[in-house]
Order: sequence, then structure tokens, then C-alpha cells
Amino acid sequence: MTDDANGMHAAVAAGVLAAENDFADLLRSVVEVARAIFGARASSIMLFDEESDELVFAAVAGAGEQDLVGRRMPSDTGIAGWVLSSRTPLVLEDVANDPRFAREVAEKTGFVPSGMMAAPLLADERALGVLQVLDRPKRARFSLQEMELLGLFANQAAIALSLLDSTRRARSALDGVGDISVVARLAASLTRLEGPRRATGLALLEQLELLLRP
Amino acid sequence: MGEPEPELDDDLYELPAWSLSRDSDGWIQIANPLPERVDREWALGGATGTGVRVCVLDSGIEDGHPRVGPVARAVAITVGEDDEPVATDDLEGDLCGHGTACASVVHALAPEAEIHSVRVLGAGFSGSGRALIAGLRWAVDEGYDVINMSLSTTKPKFAEALHELADQAYFKRTVVVASAHNMPVESLPWRFSSVISVASHDEADPLVFYANPEPPVEFFARGVDVEVGWIGGGTIHATGNSFATPCIAGIAALILSKHPGLTPFQLKTVLYLISTNVGGSGT
Repeated sequence: MTDDANGMHAAVAAGVLAAENDFADLLRSVVEVARAIFGARASSIMLFDEESDELVFAAVAGAGEQDLVGRRMPSDTGIAGWVLSSRTPLVLEDVANDPRFAREVAEKTGFVPSGMMAAPLLADERALGVLQVLDRPKRARFSLQEMELLGLFANQAAIALSLLDSTRRARSALDGVGDISVVARLAASLTRLEGPRRATGLALLEQLELLLRP
Repeated sequence: MGEPEPELDDDLYELPAWSLSRDSDGWIQIANPLPERVDREWALGGATGTGVRVCVLDSGIEDGHPRVGPVARAVAITVGEDDEPVATDDLEGDLCGHGTACASVVHALAPEAEIHSVRVLGAGFSGSGRALIAGLRWAVDEGYDVINMSLSTTKPKFAEALHELADQAYFKRTVVVASAHNMPVESLPWRFSSVISVASHDEADPLVFYANPEPPVEFFARGVDVEVGWIGGGTIHATGNSFATPCIAGIAALILSKHPGLTPFQLKTVLYLISTNVGGSGT
């Protein structure tokens, strides 16, 4: 590659990488705020990895935050799996009464919660993951307002995940993976050209753009 | 010269009635099943759900759970060729607790109703939506009286198939009770007028339910901090429209056990008339 092409690739790659870090910070911020607002012991976002059909911990605040990120579980497991596939939020108290559930969660998080709130992260028609809030203080009654608040946080996390998803697609295009990688290769080739060939290439691309315009 | 007249096919008379002739021999007469005044005593007083088959389309049900009783039949649905549903006997029980919870809400209201489980969640179904459609198709073909759907899909490509199934159920006198979404997203099938859609109120009485003057959500039922059955024979407290939905399914089972043969249209009218904010007392 010429210096120019290398430069462009490096710049875009750096941008994508920076964006990925920003999204990780954003997701972390969502779970931290969710945990603080609900006064909960922990909060987490799990991302649905369609290829492996697994849920992956993408951000964790509170108990278990040290080593949970990156941990995976089958996407049809337990409450999170139900919330993902049914696309419906739910709130449970006294979950420790269910020994199977308690053991399963304890293995994942290192502690047994007594209650949990979980909402699907929905972007258009896709379920991108699950937001969980564990062990909010058990006040007199759970309120419908809290359910709405959970939905709002889930919506914010879904937007962040949706952006992260686009960024990752851009990254795989740059790395020559995926069906739109041809666009990245074209851009790289164009930056290598000079003089009349560059002008012709640009003119051709402009015509292609006109042709593809919806 | 005209064409010879075609022979009339006797089967022609078996076709549905697309029109009404004046010499229709009275088959058009319908005895109105509703009294002049529909109240809770008429609708469900003394009813227990006897003779009504309720299908819980969910994650499976724990058979013999103290809050559910015996499960009459449990199947797991997989999607076969051409998206046809394939039902096999379900020996897994409940994979997460949710289906057992929904069944326990129905059972608490209509203890004599037959509970059937159609499992469409778990075992690699995550996010497919196809299993949901296949499960609903199977349940509609089975002719259940009530189908409880505490779940929805956000995929618009399933809208047509779901709409068709919801209408098919409606005309076959199968009442589909579906959870409205708690979040500001588009999902189905609860938005269809051929089903009964349910969201939550936060009162404690399971017989208090409200007709919504501003649909598409049609009814509000008890959905906050509900004590429900859970896997392992125990109970937990749960919140969500998932648990309000079987409340209305249970009440529908009570009404149908006392007044079998009501159409979904008539049943929805009765629910409206006896809802707490219209004509029902709430007790």
C-alpha cells in the first residue's frame, strides 16, 4: 500500500477502534447509572452473539464486575434467555427460592441475587441483548414507574449496541471480511491512484453512486 | 345453442355461507346468548373453568406443580419443512419458570380448567420467531378454547402469518389472549383486534380488571408483584404484562365454562361489560 492508502486505513481503523472503546464506556455508563438509580447491587448488559447463539457479558457494574465481561452462556439459558427470545421484560423477586436458578446465576456472577429485573434490548426488529438489574432494595412494592424506567434504560443501551454493531461491520469491511468489504478495497485502490486515472476512477464512482441512488 | 348446463355438485351446499337467500329455512336464526343485563354474577358467578381447555404457549410447564396441578398435555414445537409445526411430547417440563408462572395464574382463577403446554421457547429457539408462529399454528389447529401468549415478536416479516393465524383462531372460536409490550416498541400479535391484548395495573385483586378507553391495549389486569408458581415446586413474586395476560385468560376460561360456545367477539363484549370501570364490581 502507498503511504496515503496506509494512512487512510490506519486513520479509519483508529477511528473504529476508538469508537469501540467509546461504546464500551457508554454501555458501562448505562449499567452504572441503572445500578445507581435503582440502588441495586449489580447491573449488567449481555450482548446476543448470533453466530455462536450465545449471550456475552458486555458491561457489568457492581458485584461480579471484575471478571464477568466476556463470559458467555447459551442464549436460551434461564431468565435472560427467555427475555431475549420472548422480547418481553420482567421483574422477579425471591428468585433464590428457585435452586436451579440460584445456582445458575451464582455460577455466572459469583453471588445469588434475591431479585432481578430484565429487559430485552430491541433495535427495530432485532433483539440485541438483555439488560439486567440485580437485587434492587425490596421496598414495599415494585411500581409500574420502575418498569418504565427499566424500559428507558434498555432503550438507551439498545441504541449504544446498535451503533457498536454498525461500527463492527465497518471494521470487518476494512479487514476484508463481509459482503461490503469491496467498498473498502475500492477506497484503498482509489487513494493509490494519481493524475488522470484517479480522475477517471472518481468520475466512474460518481456515476455508480447516481445509478445506485434509490 | 348454449353450453350444456353443468351438473350441480352436492358439495357446493357445504360451502360457507357467502350470501343469504330469503328461503334460507331459518338457519340464520341465532339465539342471543347474552341476557339483557350482563353482570359478573351472570358471566362467571360459581364458575370454575370446568370443560375449558387453556393452552399456555410459552417455555413449558412444570407438571404437577402445586400451583398448577396436572398438565393435561405438553408438547414441544419444532419447525419442520415448509415451516410446518412438528409437535413432540415434551418431557423437559419448564426450561425457565415463565410458563409455569403463567399457568399458575390461570389455575388460581379457573382451577378446573384443563391446562395444556405448548413449548415454543428454549432449546435454541432464541429470536427465531418461526417457532412462535409454528406453535400458534399448532395450537389453533388443536382448537383450544383459550390460548395464552405472554410473549411477542418484533419481526415485521411475521406480521402476515400471525395476522392470518389470529383471524383463523377468531373464526374457530379460539380466544387468543396476548401480552402488550411494556416498552415503546412495535411488536405482535397483541396489536391485532382479533386477539385480546392485556397490560398491567398495580392493584392486588386478580378479579379487578379495566377496559382501556384508549386502545390498542384493550384490558389492564393484575401484573405487579404477583405471587406465581415457579420451577422446583416453589413460588416467586413477579411483575410484567406476562402475568397480567393469564389473569384475563383465566377469567375468559371462567366465562366460557359457564357459557360455552360464546364467540371471541361475544366474549370480548362480556369482558368489557363486566370490567371494573364499566359494569363490574371488582369482586
